[in-house]
Amino acid sequence: MKELYNLKLNPFYVHHPTLANIKTLLFDTIFFRWMYNTFFVAILSTVISLGASLLAAYAIQRLKFKTSGPTGLAIFFGYLIPPTILFIPLATIIFDLRLWDSLWSLVLTYPTFLIPFCTWLLMGYFKSIPKEMEECAMIDGASRLRVFWRIVIPLCLPGIFSAGIFAFTLSWNEFLYALAFISTTESKTVPIGLVTELVRGDVYHWGPLMTGALLASVPVALVYSFFVEHYVAGLTGALKE
Amino acid sequence: MAKVTLENVSKHFVSKGSMEVIAVKDFSLEIEDKEFVVFVGPSGCGKTTTLRMIAGLEEITQGEIYIGDRLINRIPAKDRDIAMVFQNYALYPHMTVYDNLAFSLEMRKFSKEEINRRVQEAADLLEISELLQRKPKQLSGGQRQRVAVGRTIVRKPQVFLFDEPLSNLDAKLRVQMRGELKKLHERLSSTIIYVTHDQIEAMTMGDRIVVMKDGLIQQVGKPLDLYFHPINKFVAGFIGSPTMNFIETKVVASDSKLFVEADGFKLRVIEEKARNLQGYINKKVIFGIRPQDFSKASSPIEGETIEVFVEIIEPIGNEIYLEVKAGRDSLMASVDPKTQVASHQNILLQANLENMHLFDIDDERALL
Repeated sequence: MKELYNLKLNPFYVHHPTLANIKTLLFDTIFFRWMYNTFFVAILSTVISLGASLLAAYAIQRLKFKTSGPTGLAIFFGYLIPPTILFIPLATIIFDLRLWDSLWSLVLTYPTFLIPFCTWLLMGYFKSIPKEMEECAMIDGASRLRVFWRIVIPLCLPGIFSAGIFAFTLSWNEFLYALAFISTTESKTVPIGLVTELVRGDVYHWGPLMTGALLASVPVALVYSFFVEHYVAGLTGALKE
Repeated sequence: MAKVTLENVSKHFVSKGSMEVIAVKDFSLEIEDKEFVVFVGPSGCGKTTTLRMIAGLEEITQGEIYIGDRLINRIPAKDRDIAMVFQNYALYPHMTVYDNLAFSLEMRKFSKEEINRRVQEAADLLEISELLQRKPKQLSGGQRQRVAVGRTIVRKPQVFLFDEPLSNLDAKLRVQMRGELKKLHERLSSTIIYVTHDQIEAMTMGDRIVVMKDGLIQQVGKPLDLYFHPINKFVAGFIGSPTMNFIETKVVASDSKLFVEADGFKLRVIEEKARNLQGYINKKVIFGIRPQDFSKASSPIEGETIEVFVEIIEPIGNEIYLEVKAGRDSLMASVDPKTQVASHQNILLQANLENMHLFDIDDERALL
């Protein structure tokens, strides 16, 4: 206890500021490679998930087929399955597809939690668009796909942005699947790379670890700050006339 | 331009408890080329559903709809060559007024020059040329209304459909737009089907009016025909403002004349009308008279005047509404604005017997 309250050991300021940890991280590990991997996986899986979710959410919300309600619910339940259970069967599939230790295994598995999430977010958003606008476009001579592309998508941009940001953040920070499916150092993403390469045995290299955490959070922070307005509009829903 | 024919059209919905709801029943109507037809009725009467079936936004459960000679039951909305104005206008908020007007032409692959020409033409006609570069949210209600109308006329469709287009405007603007739409109809000489719940809109705009209730057509006719010769109590009550007075009365005969008798009055049925009533002597009927068919009388005439007690006086300028009591029954009278009346006193009202209506008490159809 004495030690804990001893200000000489527990400073509120930095006694010896140094950039050595950054140097260690950037030059002694392949941090840039991990960043690239993470970007690659996060962007691809976000794009795939958004594409699938847009179509799914629109169909569930607008093409009133008999099972649209149960389908929506089923997707929601899919989201509730914890990844800690899901990664075991997924691992078998990844193995069968010969994608073991490849970034594509992550691109393929991340949508399992991204699609349900984005679908639900977008369903709420589609609901807020007046149906008359689509009906009017159809009478004006547009097919269902044209209506989707020319009317629905532009009106939903804030919703698509926020779903996209969320999906990007979720896959950027994802830990479990990346840990399970990737083993070679070159293929790792930032969260896994830091923890597996900078914790050696029981030695924690705190300096580079913290530096890695800081640098890895920069892209996400940037994305949020650029799109914050759209993001809020996307969450509060809809179109104000 | 084309005529529109509906043959025995019905629409059934399956509601949540899998109960079948009949929204429109056996709707048959022939709308002539260049005619302005108004569907009117209280909310839930099936008028909008009928319009949406014509538009192709709602499936037709039974029956057939033709535009011109073409059966359109299975033709999708985009190929029906119709245009529709929605109640909330449904302007595309992310496009400028110009793009809103041009959208339907773009979809139909018109050339750039043709689109430009038509949009300018419509904008000039509706006096919105200076708004073309604005977005819908920068427009007032009336301007949005014009854009919504403009969007339909650029295409020169066979049929125009209007779904309560004036109900979001304030009262003054509504009267103005009413006139403009009517003028527009004359200028375009096109077939228009117009849905409203406002009987005044229906009366002032329609060449013909279709009165609906509970999914059934009650009566189809020219505005004044509906006003003077309603086919049943519902139409009589729906058309005209203030609404017609209805009182339960008994038909009595004396001195070879027929009278309708209630608690506080006894009015003679004029001879031409009495013929239809022979079977109803000493039976109950519903007596109907419009407030405008009363005027103040100075001396009592048997069978023509009634003595009433004035409860409330409502002067509205061009006439005075009187809420009066005749015996147990309440009546509304609309009299000349120069009439001298004071509340809480008895006065004599003369009824215009030519315009009295009688309805069967069971099925409510008109007897005269």
